[in-house]
Amino acid sequence: MTDLQKLTIGKALNLGLRRAMEEDPKVLIMGEDVGKLGGVFRITDGLQKDFGEQRVLDTPLAESGIIGTAVGLAVRGFRPVCEIQFEGFIFPGFDQISSQLAKLHYRTQGKIKMPVVIRVPFGGGIGAVEHHSESPESLFAHIPGLKVVSISNAVDAYWGIQEAIKSDDPILFFEPKRLYHSGALRAEIDTSGTPVPAFSSQVVREGTTVTVVAYGPSVKVALDAAAAAEDEGHSLEVIDLRTLSPLDLGPVFESVRKTGRLIALSEAPSESSLTSEIAARVQQECFYSLEAPVLRVTGFDTPYPPAKLEEHYLPDLDRVLHAVDRSLSW
Amino acid sequence: MPSEQWTHPEPGDGPAAVAAQPSPEQVIAGLRATSEGGAELTQLLTPEGERVPSPQFDKYVDDIDAEALRGLYRDMVLVRRADREANAMQRQGQLGIWVPLLGQEAAQIGSGRALRANDMAFPSYREHGVAFARGVDMKDLLGIFRCTDHSGWDYQRHGFHPYTIVIGNQVLNAAGYAMGQKFEGKVGDDDGEATICYFGDGATSQGDVHEGFVWAAVYDAPLVFFCQNNQWAISEPTERQSRLPLYQRARGYGFPGIRVDGNDVLACLAVSRWALDECRHGNGPVLIEAFTYRMDAHTTTDDPTRYRLSDELEEWKLKDPIERVRAFLARGGGADQAFFDDVQAEADAFAADLRDYTFNMPEPPPDRIFSNVYAEGNPVLDSQREEFLSYLDGFASAGEH
Ligand SMILES: Cc1ncc(C[n+]2csc(CCOP(=O)(O)OP(=O)(O)O)c2C)c(N)n1
Repeated sequence: MTDLQKLTIGKALNLGLRRAMEEDPKVLIMGEDVGKLGGVFRITDGLQKDFGEQRVLDTPLAESGIIGTAVGLAVRGFRPVCEIQFEGFIFPGFDQISSQLAKLHYRTQGKIKMPVVIRVPFGGGIGAVEHHSESPESLFAHIPGLKVVSISNAVDAYWGIQEAIKSDDPILFFEPKRLYHSGALRAEIDTSGTPVPAFSSQVVREGTTVTVVAYGPSVKVALDAAAAAEDEGHSLEVIDLRTLSPLDLGPVFESVRKTGRLIALSEAPSESSLTSEIAARVQQECFYSLEAPVLRVTGFDTPYPPAKLEEHYLPDLDRVLHAVDRSLSW
Repeated sequence: MPSEQWTHPEPGDGPAAVAAQPSPEQVIAGLRATSEGGAELTQLLTPEGERVPSPQFDKYVDDIDAEALRGLYRDMVLVRRADREANAMQRQGQLGIWVPLLGQEAAQIGSGRALRANDMAFPSYREHGVAFARGVDMKDLLGIFRCTDHSGWDYQRHGFHPYTIVIGNQVLNAAGYAMGQKFEGKVGDDDGEATICYFGDGATSQGDVHEGFVWAAVYDAPLVFFCQNNQWAISEPTERQSRLPLYQRARGYGFPGIRVDGNDVLACLAVSRWALDECRHGNGPVLIEAFTYRMDAHTTTDDPTRYRLSDELEEWKLKDPIERVRAFLARGGGADQAFFDDVQAEADAFAADLRDYTFNMPEPPPDRIFSNVYAEGNPVLDSQREEFLSYLDGFASAGEH
């Protein structure tokens, strides 16, 4: 039986959460405004109405509290899915994430499992005020014991959130907030079909001239750049990382061996980041295949600027194409 | 804690209050079901504009004659008019977002006008009325909401810290600042300094706020915690944050807490002056819970119809902070129609000026992205800026930019 639905990323997440809750009564949703309001982005819309206040918890306003109690609930056998309203507000919970969530399994030699998902809308491009547009994912990828993923499309949203909830490891689940309701990213999903595994990197467009690796909201930028580059006679291969920790760089190495060139794309500042890690590993693994140094197209090493300047801050199609030119000029 | 600390009557301490102790269920129900604020609400001006005598607080507003009251009225009208204008400008796409203060004018003007030049205020993000009272040009606030800037005023000159969006963060910052005032010997007499810190009812759940209470208490910091309980934290009602009226929490930390009618500008002024006075003399901190209501959405991106009933809104409309001052002034002959008309005209001109300014606000230059990241030089950023500028130049020379 197929149940084909055309879904935005936001709606796909909503249905994925619903299905996970139907399948396992231990799955809880917790966060600020996730109940009646359906979350500030409406991702949990309607879930409290159908599952009740004990499964969809409007929590007090405290991120350390949300994550810390999720840890305790997980010890008790629940599978909490926490929503952090905006990435910039995760830091009151950073201590609980790094000290407890990420380490309890290790500290107890595997006795305590931490099946907790923390959903984090992240990234810029929505014209918001401070703390609403950041890309802090590298900070979490740096913490051993956590799995960090980021989705870029509706199919991965639907299956990825379910896979994350089923996982016995704590997962930071980064969602590209500016794409939540993008009609252009609506995808046909067989919601009753076979799960699509989400957490390995994937070639999303084949090409031969330059490889572009991206994740989350930047995947769309990379694909748009690839479409534009085609007009200029360049064939870009685009890879969606999907998992940021552990990094699945196999397909990236393979691609670089083919194209000889790599651009690592991300909105986050570049110093000591995921793109740094990618560059380091690729030069280590593909040194003799590289025709040009690995180039990075990223946000600047500044705080996220006032939104009137974000068009300059955020890597866009032009900056990717500029990097393509630089790579090819080597 | 020495018992002298409790020389000021603590609401709930008196025998009558003890006898009338409500059950926990009643307390919880009372947090939401009533818009009354309970028996322990300090009020000097009723919603009908009647002056209520207060043996404890009258002396703090002795100087508020008709002229001064007209001043408070004017402040509130101007601030509300500016708020409505900004809200409208957001709807017209001139501002990225707006955080309305509608309904909270009395809490903000009352407490803001209680401050002295040397005092410091740490706002959250809705304190436009306090900003106004601190002499901040409201135009300088608008850059935040037009998204051209993160903060636009001289915090030192105005004694008004930059807005803080991360819930609760500013409470600890304020505690540190107040500790500094104390360490520098700036408290102890009538001329002492004090700090006031603003946060919402939702914020009281944050660890930072709890820690701020602890710090201020153990260092006797001259800090007034000013909680505007506007009943909602986006979609979450007060009872989702506490099963106890918030002002009562102070007791657990060893300092006084008081609940004031946040829609009563006179009471807010009196109670804030009292609390600041305690701090100036070295008897701080103090927690004030201003019991009020957010009449509009949380921000312009919010949809309150999803979580609250219009009945509630209607009930609170009857408690409007501006109308009660107007009624009191009109009834007592403190102001005539010409005064009210003048204030309205002034408010309209004030709003038109803000509108003009906003429509013509200059865009920041692109390389502002790199300015002021560090106080000292940073070679990595210098080269990023250079690269970025030459990248932009490429467009200019290609005639594209
Ligand atoms: C640490 C943190 N978490 C979440 C948010 C998102 N957020 C902004 S305002 C708000 C509600 C705050 O309510 P309250 O403290 O009562 O203040 P009010 O807005 O009602 O004045 C929330 C959840 C935030 N800004 N900071």
